[in-house]
Amino acid sequence: MRDFSYARAGSRAEALDLGQADDAAFLAGGTELINWMRIGINAPARVIDLARVEGLDAVEEIEGGVRIGALARLNDVAQNPLIAEGYPVLSHAILRAASAQIRNLATIGGNPVQRVRCPYFRANEGAPCNKREPGSGCAALNGIHDRHAIFGWTEDCVAVHPADPPVALAALDAVIVTDHPEGGRLIPVREFHVLPSQNPAWHDVLRAGELIVGIELPAPAPRSAYLKIRERESYEYATVSAAAALEMDGGVIRRARVALGSVAMRPWRLVAAEARLAGLAPDAPEVADAIDASFAEARPLSGTEWKVRLARNAARRVIELAAEA
Amino acid sequence: MKITSPKVSRRSLLRGSAAAAAASLAHARQVSAQNAPEESAFEAWIDLRLTVNGQAHALTVEPRVTLLDALRERMQLTGTKKGCNRGECGACTVLMDGRRVNSCLVLAASAEGRKITTIEGLADGDTPHPVQRAFAEADAFQCGFCTSGQIMSAMACIEEGHTGSPEEIREWMSGNLCRCSAYPQITAAVAAAAEELG
Ligand SMILES: Cc1cc2nc3c(=O)[nH]c(=O)nc-3n(C[C@H](O)[C@H](O)[C@H](O)COP(=O)(O)OP(=O)(O)OC[C@H]3O[C@@H](n4cnc5c(N)ncnc54)[C@H](O)[C@@H]3O)c2cc1C
Ligand code: SF4
Ligand code: FES
Ligand code: FES
Repeated sequence: MRDFSYARAGSRAEALDLGQADDAAFLAGGTELINWMRIGINAPARVIDLARVEGLDAVEEIEGGVRIGALARLNDVAQNPLIAEGYPVLSHAILRAASAQIRNLATIGGNPVQRVRCPYFRANEGAPCNKREPGSGCAALNGIHDRHAIFGWTEDCVAVHPADPPVALAALDAVIVTDHPEGGRLIPVREFHVLPSQNPAWHDVLRAGELIVGIELPAPAPRSAYLKIRERESYEYATVSAAAALEMDGGVIRRARVALGSVAMRPWRLVAAEARLAGLAPDAPEVADAIDASFAEARPLSGTEWKVRLARNAARRVIELAAEA
Repeated sequence: MKITSPKVSRRSLLRGSAAAAAASLAHARQVSAQNAPEESAFEAWIDLRLTVNGQAHALTVEPRVTLLDALRERMQLTGTKKGCNRGECGACTVLMDGRRVNSCLVLAASAEGRKITTIEGLADGDTPHPVQRAFAEADAFQCGFCTSGQIMSAMACIEEGHTGSPEEIREWMSGNLCRCSAYPQITAAVAAAAEELG
């Protein structure tokens, strides 16, 4: 790891101020950044440690919902009663991510900023990869890509975003709140990650020096669930994941919000399916047809055809799980 | 900051960073960071105070030194193991302010002022800690490389109350890999220790 110089921010204002330095990176839990610096994905000259910033780690009720401070550790978010009871989809998504000790370090603000797990992107030696070296090409397109996209890819990048919590947050219509010396923003989680058609080299829309201060959740969604399909039962990234938040009228769906994870470069909301799910019982056979409406736009790679059926079935099952929540 | 397309700028900024890194070495203790808001805010050497197993340590490290390397190479506490050095295996698990963390994913600089407990801090003189004894009695290791991480993780798992069933233990111990695959014995050891510590 190349060395860097280091500063601790004691407050949000200080973090923003330090964030204006050239070639600086924020360090929150460090569970991604430290590995990037080891592999050579990133080699900032300056690191700003956010761990001592006061007041950014609370989980609290706000008008109409809940605000989670960006520096709250994943385990603390998932086990907070406001989240565990009001938003089970988020609690489950978090508790199925990484391991108990990683979740004691990893923050909810850093989690969506994690980068793709594509083996070419993570390689020590340079394979062509537009996300590592813009313009160098995409080794996965005609290489190993059996864990890659089925939606929204281009020939410039076929990777998926691997994180779990943002899939739940997308189903909940959560908003990422940022601050920046030139003004903060409210970024819907659904628009936080960048599709390759927008820019294959980017992961997300954060600007240099832009600080995530929190994530805001709208009204509680007690009838919600997360399903993570993976090659081993624990401590593994998703092959496909699915999040659902339902509002019910008796035994019938009034409103459904469904998102898939690890199928595209961002959490993939099944918008067409959601419109057709209203009025159906969660276990009605027509649910499968409703979901199919969203798979009309699925475009698997040669290696990811198997993920289409997996994703479709995951969507169906997560709707039933949410109804039982 | 006059940045129009941020990520691209970040990347192009990165290219300039070799020079900056060289400069920071030349200035040894304090980097006068170019364009930094406060000239002295960024440091190239960090003076640290750590409390490890109840004992105070003072040391000076480069910012890139991890807590794992500081323990093993600066304090000669080699009971904490380096398996993957990527956060993937759990061999480096220690307690930081009572919570289990992967010490390979923590900068020593970030641990300033924290209380660290390592495997060396568990026994009471010659008497092993009940969790250590449970591992020995359940035959919960073969080569032993993962064991100090397993035991530190088990300490926290029990304290957290995640020992209600063998399934729950396996889920909450999944961050500790064992290449010898002593998992059934590890699960039994955690259950036995949890019962004893009740
Ligand atoms: C072995 C392993 C397994 C994992 N498995 C999973 C999994 O199954 N599911 C899953 O979802 N994740 C998984 N992860 C990823 C993990 O959840 C993320 O690494 C973590 O959430 C990142 O948060 P952090 O606080 O550690 O970020 P850091 O490493 O501190 O930072 C990551 C990036 O985010 C930026 N950043 C952090 N905080 C802020 C902020 N407040 N404002 C602006 N920028 C910020 C940093 O500058 C950096 O660019 C795994 C990680 C490891 C090592
Ligand atoms: S899929 Fe994306 S991340 Fe993977 S090699 Fe291609 S460009 Fe790089
Ligand atoms: S050495 Fe830290 S997790 Fe493997
Ligand atoms: S005992 Fe050998 S790795 Fe676990």
